[in-house]
Amino acid sequence: MTAAEFERYERAPTIAPATKPGLAEALKQLWETEPGIKGILGTVDHKKIGLRYIVTAFAFLIAGGVEALIFRLQLAGPNLKLLTPEQYDQLFTMHGMTMIFLYAGPILSGFSNYLWPLILGARDMALPRLNALSYWIYLCSGIFMYAAFLFGFGPNDGWFNYVPYAARAYNGGPNIDFYALGIILLGISTTVGSINFVVTFLRLRAPGMSLNRIPILAWGTVTASAANIFAIPAVSLAFFLLWLDRNLGTHFFDVPAGGQPLLWQHLFWMFGHPWVYAIVLPAMGMVSDGLPVFCRRPLVGYTAVALGTVATMVLGFGVWVHHMFATGLPSISLSFFSAASIIIVVPSAVAVFAWIATIWTGKPVFTTAFMFFASFIVLFTIGGVSGFMTGSVPVDWQLTDTYFVVAHIHYVLIGINVFPVAGAIYFWFPKFTGKMLDERLGRWNFWTMFVGFNLGFFPMHISGLLGMPRRIYTYPDGMGWDWLNLITTFGAFVFAVGVLLLIINIVVSHRRGAAAGANPWDAPTLEWSVSSPPPPYNFAVIPTIGSRHPLWEGRFPPEADESRSYIEGGMVLDRGRETIATSALDAQPSVILKMPEDSLSPIVLALALTAFFAGLGLNWWWLAAIGIAAVGIDLFVWLWPEPSLGETAEPANG
Amino acid sequence: MLRFDSPKGLCLLRPGAAAIFLAPFAPSAAFAAPLNYLLGHGDKAYPVVALTWGVTIIAAAVIVIIALLVSGAIWHRRGLAFEAPGHLLETSRPGRGASWIWMGVGLSSLVLLFAIVWTMRVLAQVAYPSSAAPFTIEVTGKQWWWQVRYLADDTARVFATANEIHIPTGVPLKFKLIGGDVIHSFWVPALSGKTDTIPGQTNETWLEAKRPGVYRGQCTEYCGLQHAHMGMMVVAQTPQAFRAWWDHQLQSPAPTTNGQVAAGRIDFAMHCGSCHTVRGTEASGILGPDLSHLMTRRTIAAATLPNTPANLVRWISDPQGVKPGAFMQKPELTSHELADILAYLKSLK
Repeated sequence: MTAAEFERYERAPTIAPATKPGLAEALKQLWETEPGIKGILGTVDHKKIGLRYIVTAFAFLIAGGVEALIFRLQLAGPNLKLLTPEQYDQLFTMHGMTMIFLYAGPILSGFSNYLWPLILGARDMALPRLNALSYWIYLCSGIFMYAAFLFGFGPNDGWFNYVPYAARAYNGGPNIDFYALGIILLGISTTVGSINFVVTFLRLRAPGMSLNRIPILAWGTVTASAANIFAIPAVSLAFFLLWLDRNLGTHFFDVPAGGQPLLWQHLFWMFGHPWVYAIVLPAMGMVSDGLPVFCRRPLVGYTAVALGTVATMVLGFGVWVHHMFATGLPSISLSFFSAASIIIVVPSAVAVFAWIATIWTGKPVFTTAFMFFASFIVLFTIGGVSGFMTGSVPVDWQLTDTYFVVAHIHYVLIGINVFPVAGAIYFWFPKFTGKMLDERLGRWNFWTMFVGFNLGFFPMHISGLLGMPRRIYTYPDGMGWDWLNLITTFGAFVFAVGVLLLIINIVVSHRRGAAAGANPWDAPTLEWSVSSPPPPYNFAVIPTIGSRHPLWEGRFPPEADESRSYIEGGMVLDRGRETIATSALDAQPSVILKMPEDSLSPIVLALALTAFFAGLGLNWWWLAAIGIAAVGIDLFVWLWPEPSLGETAEPANG
Repeated sequence: MLRFDSPKGLCLLRPGAAAIFLAPFAPSAAFAAPLNYLLGHGDKAYPVVALTWGVTIIAAAVIVIIALLVSGAIWHRRGLAFEAPGHLLETSRPGRGASWIWMGVGLSSLVLLFAIVWTMRVLAQVAYPSSAAPFTIEVTGKQWWWQVRYLADDTARVFATANEIHIPTGVPLKFKLIGGDVIHSFWVPALSGKTDTIPGQTNETWLEAKRPGVYRGQCTEYCGLQHAHMGMMVVAQTPQAFRAWWDHQLQSPAPTTNGQVAAGRIDFAMHCGSCHTVRGTEASGILGPDLSHLMTRRTIAAATLPNTPANLVRWISDPQGVKPGAFMQKPELTSHELADILAYLKSLK
């Protein structure tokens, strides 16, 4: 690279070996989060933020799981009276809301936050403070909605919150107001997080990591993030309009005044269906990257899988009406969305056969992570084909709103999200902590979860085919559902034991696990080239990438477009927090990025926004005013130009 | 109480394919599954049932094939054992593999295409009935019961009832679906799939029953506290029996000579009449179900309880115990008044 390529900056970076004396210490000094409360609240380290995301999302998984176990007891037999209808309604709504919004998306954001800079060869995410903001708002919105629930004002209209039942006339309490505001707040978190992923994907890849050398996890997350940027506004708008209807007397959904209940459903599902893909594509990416490690070969059909990921998302924007087949829309429109909903199976089939071929032509290594990933293929297929069935309009007129759809959504969300996540924990926990998870306990963990899950959720397909409606707090006997529900409840508890074993393994191994070393699985990607856990700066020097599997180079003949990666040395970048930005397609180095220090602005902004939303929810307008004023002041401080970030003046050339 | 030529509960109690499907899971006592849709009982249901079985079989076949392929892939050669962290393992890049994707996706696409064509054919088949419907039934979904009105050109023959829909066999019938408050969904699985009742718009559907029978229906769009207890009954009768039923529904209660019934009629008008109607009497409320000819119905409280005197007493004296959150409040009645009202209701044949 020449000085001309860095013309906007004062220098061309020096090149040195990663082992250059003093370099590691100097970088550590620059990048390490300072100890103490300021460091805890102000850190912008993507690894800390990533772990916080994972731990918080897991806590919500447990909360949502406990809610489900409680109402599964209510449904274990006919005519049980463990819960009142209102309790049941709040519990099932909290369960759905928690799992879909507070667990499934954020857990994947956590993995991607932690792993992206490491797999892409960067020192942090592109927008570190935005990253911190994204986490803090997520945490605040979760607490916001749970606080309402604990005060007895949990949402009670299901996670998709249909109007008019969500309107003031039928739902008088503040329950729906808190839900609406909480989701809008969370939407801000998801949006800024998504923007961060897209920018990082486009500009922060190591030199040489052209588009065809990016790990599939990054493809999955960037695809999901791009989708979120388009999808979130629809749901935020819907909830905002609903809040206006409920609090300021507007009539967007108010039928007597000409409002339209179906407007809600369109806005919600324009978001809702892409969101389903957003919370599975990164998980599929984790499998596409993790499975080949345990098959001892690169993924079969990399290009097809990457393109399939993007294609799924594009098609995913054209299928939302399949949630609305029974709303009386014209047949011509139903036909279009029906065909699209069936066609969307094709790119998923690409991935399924790529994974199978990878195992079949590889040499499987039986680890717990491998078992989670391999079993996921079957669960993915079950969730996929039940989705295909609901894509067929006349069949969906029967299936919709029965337990068949409950079975489907759980095979999608547990099969395609929780199982890959469990596998990913076994796979990457050594990187996160430097300790191995226990493989023996891992087997117990896997089999308990696998058996419990299928025992609990497969019978739901049958209770659905036998006509059991969703969202009923009880059912009479003589409907043919008694035994199926008993089995489902039993299976749910077995599954919960499986999740408990995972937690036990994490806690025990975190203390006493075997040392992992940098690359315990002999895996091929960049994150395994650095120590476990990685140093605060990730890479002492910026690596240069020549293939999709830099750590496996030399083990088999290179293909035409592959060259040798250079990890042992590279750009030093040690004048302040710095990393390199590269061009979007070919990843040619273009500028040195000045990265921000730790900052309290993100957490203050999150708290101020939360105060603003709490004020709106409680109709305490003074609190809302203070909150929004604090937001303004905080943004002013945050955006004040800093010399260390090169924001005050253009450095002189040459 | 009126009796019809169809044996009550014909379809409720008949084990069938659903039961066979269920056999490994359920003892024989639980075979009845009145809301199943694996069996159809009319012109609209038949092609959909066939398609449902078709896609279910395709789905099951795909699951079995993929499960076998994954198992085969795992076990067709001895897996390597993971020895110790950091241990180098043999790694290679065999060239074959891509053909799996093209073969797999190619075959899947053919099956999907077939499913799309079949779906479109069935969709076209069931979009409209093959012959014109002789009349229209208007169904309004309300929290948590169904208002039913039989429409006719002759306004003298229009009448309202609730939660139990009688239809003649062998003819397609048009349903006009209205959302009375929040969204509900009209569903009689043995005869037709779901169509939502949405406030602010009028949806239409149709159904037909081949044979006489009692078919259970259910609200399937979550609509609040008592969504679980928003059922209905569809009673298919021969055209003659159906005409007799309609004629009978138009009649007002006969004058009574029974003192208890007469007292009950007054008590009913006073305590219940602001919500409920009994045609031809002072009771003309519109908030709750029309109770004219209540004794001809099989169930009460939207198919929540069988219509027996004991259940009527239970429902009237403790509505919130039967359906917590329902809009029916416990009336302030002495036991004497309750007995009178019961006697009166029992006279509404």
